[in-house]
Amino acid sequence: MILLWLILIPLIGGLLSLPAGHWRDRAPGWVALAALAVDAVLVLTQFADTGAAPQTAWLAQIDWAWIPRFGIRFHLALDGLSLLLIALTVFLGFAAVLCSWTEIRERQGFFHFNLLWTLAGVIGVFLALDLFLFFFFWEVMLIPMYLLIGIWGHENRAYAAMKFFIFTQVSGLLMLIAILALVFLHYQTTRTLSFDYFELLEADLYPGAARWIMLGFFVAFTVKLPAIPFHTWLPDAHTQAPTGGSVILAGVLLKTGAYGLLRFVVPLFPGAAQDFAPIAMALGAVSILYAAKLAFAQSDIKRLIAYTSVSHMGFVLLGVFAGNAAALQGAVMTMLAHGVSAAALFMVAGALQERLHTRDMDKMGGLWTLAPRIGAITLFFSVAALGMPGLGNFVGEFLVLLGSFRVDTAITAFAALGLILAPVYALYVIQRAFHGPASPREVRDFGLREMGVMLFLVAATAWMGLHPQSMLAYTDATVNGLTRTLAQRGT
Amino acid sequence: MTADAFTALLPFLVLSAAAVAVMLAIAIRRSFRLIFWLTVGGLLASLSTLPHALAVAPLRVTDLLLVDAYGLFFHALLLLAALAVALLCLAYFRRRENENEEIFVLLLTSTLGALLLVSSAHLAMFFLGLEVLTISLFPMIAYSVRASRPLEAGIKYLMLSGLASSFLMFGMALVYGDLGGLSFEQIGASGAALEQKPLALAGMFLILAAIGFKLSLVPFHLWTPDVYQGAPAPVTAFLATVSKASVFALLLRFFTTVHAERSETFLCVLGLLAVVSILAGNLLALLQDSLKRLLAYSSIGHMGYLLVGFVAAGLLRRDLQAETIAFYLAAYTLTSLAAFGAISAISDDARESDRLSDYAGLFWRSPWLAAVLTLSLLSLAGIPLTVGFVGKFYVFAAGVQAETWPLVATVVVGSGIGIYYYLRVVLAMIQPADAGHRLALHPAAGTALAVTALLVLAAGLFPQLLIDAAANTPHSPTTADSPHQAAASPAASR
Repeated sequence: MILLWLILIPLIGGLLSLPAGHWRDRAPGWVALAALAVDAVLVLTQFADTGAAPQTAWLAQIDWAWIPRFGIRFHLALDGLSLLLIALTVFLGFAAVLCSWTEIRERQGFFHFNLLWTLAGVIGVFLALDLFLFFFFWEVMLIPMYLLIGIWGHENRAYAAMKFFIFTQVSGLLMLIAILALVFLHYQTTRTLSFDYFELLEADLYPGAARWIMLGFFVAFTVKLPAIPFHTWLPDAHTQAPTGGSVILAGVLLKTGAYGLLRFVVPLFPGAAQDFAPIAMALGAVSILYAAKLAFAQSDIKRLIAYTSVSHMGFVLLGVFAGNAAALQGAVMTMLAHGVSAAALFMVAGALQERLHTRDMDKMGGLWTLAPRIGAITLFFSVAALGMPGLGNFVGEFLVLLGSFRVDTAITAFAALGLILAPVYALYVIQRAFHGPASPREVRDFGLREMGVMLFLVAATAWMGLHPQSMLAYTDATVNGLTRTLAQRGT
Repeated sequence: MTADAFTALLPFLVLSAAAVAVMLAIAIRRSFRLIFWLTVGGLLASLSTLPHALAVAPLRVTDLLLVDAYGLFFHALLLLAALAVALLCLAYFRRRENENEEIFVLLLTSTLGALLLVSSAHLAMFFLGLEVLTISLFPMIAYSVRASRPLEAGIKYLMLSGLASSFLMFGMALVYGDLGGLSFEQIGASGAALEQKPLALAGMFLILAAIGFKLSLVPFHLWTPDVYQGAPAPVTAFLATVSKASVFALLLRFFTTVHAERSETFLCVLGLLAVVSILAGNLLALLQDSLKRLLAYSSIGHMGYLLVGFVAAGLLRRDLQAETIAFYLAAYTLTSLAAFGAISAISDDARESDRLSDYAGLFWRSPWLAAVLTLSLLSLAGIPLTVGFVGKFYVFAAGVQAETWPLVATVVVGSGIGIYYYLRVVLAMIQPADAGHRLALHPAAGTALAVTALLVLAAGLFPQLLIDAAANTPHSPTTADSPHQAAASPAASR
């Protein structure tokens, strides 16, 4: 039942924040915080129940009939991987609400409604183990995100929102077709019509079909991830979204793509995934380098951060398809660490835009003297993003490279060049926006609310870097399951 | 006539009686409200006879009519849609000064025509039902007779319907000449594949052309945007739902009873019609600035999706085909009612609000109305939470299972394009606007909208009930002889 409540509480909170908006100005924000707090309590109880390391792969399940005509069930289940990602979702939900505290002044009720419903959709994606239900949540999280960008976004919001929706929706339809093809092929051999994950894991596909079906899933997930060549929606959507939207997009929504690869593509089609691995890994490596180069060429600070997201997600793609324990653990660590650091950087960019009314780094400069706290925080997360040892991102990227080196030396060496490009763009931000001559103007530094959120994110990043084992222990069971599947049925 | 036959005919009889009663009541006393309540009473009474008819179904009543579960499912759907349209009419025509009670007579007679069409088992009844429906529709379309647009739309529909009817007659004549029968079963029982009967095949294609006109399939669609735009909004809602659903229900009954699906040529032509309808409908919808025209083109695309389901599910199993069509039509009817209902609710007889600019900032001016319209647009686009998604899921499921990949690919392309223009409307609605200028919603229109929107949502979240209703509609006397029936795993048989 706890799983259902995890989804229901943000939904209810969203509904409550609508009338709250009519009642008082700040009320929707408080409602959202309260809903997230309840969800956080649920997540923490789940952590407490589990202990330091999960003994079994699946920690909790519910499985109810939903649409018997098609063998569709309302099947939710939680393992270490989904638990960590849901924790990240709720954590960044707080950040998104708090960083919108002063930025969003109009229609606050509807804003928080959309924010909470997006989060509910994402949590649903991380929990669903019926493929129809998964697709359902996958699409449900789109609409409120679309409205977030379309209503509260910046100058070019209509275009960005539309592009975001069409990219994800069309790729989602490809996934739906792949799901249906998988289900009906399974039906042909077993005579049972089922969308259940565990049932379909047993599906016996001939290699040709498996390859095509795997590609349908792969495209949907790499559009969301995103990886070259499906990334073009991301810079627009991230740049135009309001800060809270960018935080959710970069921190959580991108992770649903990576999660899909880990949860569905590899276990359902181990053979096809291994055949496809060189291409996917090459795509990952190209994403790392190409997006890093593009990031360097941006003058819009949000666009720059958006491209660095693509670059970091390249590591995830590389790690997932390398397919050994180290690389998979690295991919998960990168997801978590990037979620936190990208969210933080987008909050900085949002704060700067709120103060300076521009995202153009050429019009910044010398901010360090004017707002030293913003500068320090930016420096910390830039350094985290470039992969400084001792912080979370380093652990993730290091493990990915370590794992994939054993699989494909050439691609790994190529991808490692990204570690050279990352400092270039990261320090470039610091240099252009924070150093140099200060223009004579007043810039309000981070206040108590913003510093509080930021310090939490700093602590999380440092914790992931210094004690990664506390996270890795939760995903051990899942990762071992994946490597076992690959070893047994891969070739 | 036996008692059972009388029971089976009750829905028609009650509806006819209601039409007569309303007409007489108008002659005695002109009161818009009174006539409205009489109409609602008639529709509800007809609706309440459906369970009795179901108890004796399936039953052949004379040569002309077949009352079965399949037909009764559509009866319920059509009567509910007519009920919603009646509510919308009450709100829409409330300020009209002249005699405006007749709209309800026309509503009842055209609904009667639709019911007859759905239950017809004979070409004569097919023609009769279609004409009763169509002839009642002309004056409904041109009802706002002082304005030029409705008049133009009515005349356009009249002319082209006349043309379609003559196609239909000629086709029927050819079929009769070649096969010597007019009842669907007789035609089907003549056995041999249509390919060996060139005259009958030509006749079938002429009948298909007439049906294509009513369903506005490309290339018979040219009237659609003008008539949709010109007709008063509640009438457009009626045209888009009752007229389309009844004709499509008939298409399925007719073509499967006469075994048209045994003809490869025929299936190819249907597939081709589906593809061009999806592509042309969706592409042309991109260019529209009028919401009614946009929805007209989108309805062309939706009829294409339906045809994909028709062809693909037809290759698999007949009961699946009936289920797919019944579910999709129900979904489409509910959704279109909500969409056109929303247009109707912010328009009235004096002024049609159908430019996209009329909807700017609707989210802030009238949040509930905007929410209903958004919901219906998302349902048309096939996004989960809505019944439209489950409908599209059926089409995809049939297409994938039958491995008709070109058709499936076309549906994906069409849906992708569709999102763009549906979202354009949503974008217009979320534009900033001052909330001060609020729209007043007439309670009748509000009720109709609230109920349809709730149904769209409820059937989207818990579709099993509607699926059960749609699945219990195995129709026509010969259910077990689809050519592909023998192959239990359909894809393997091909």
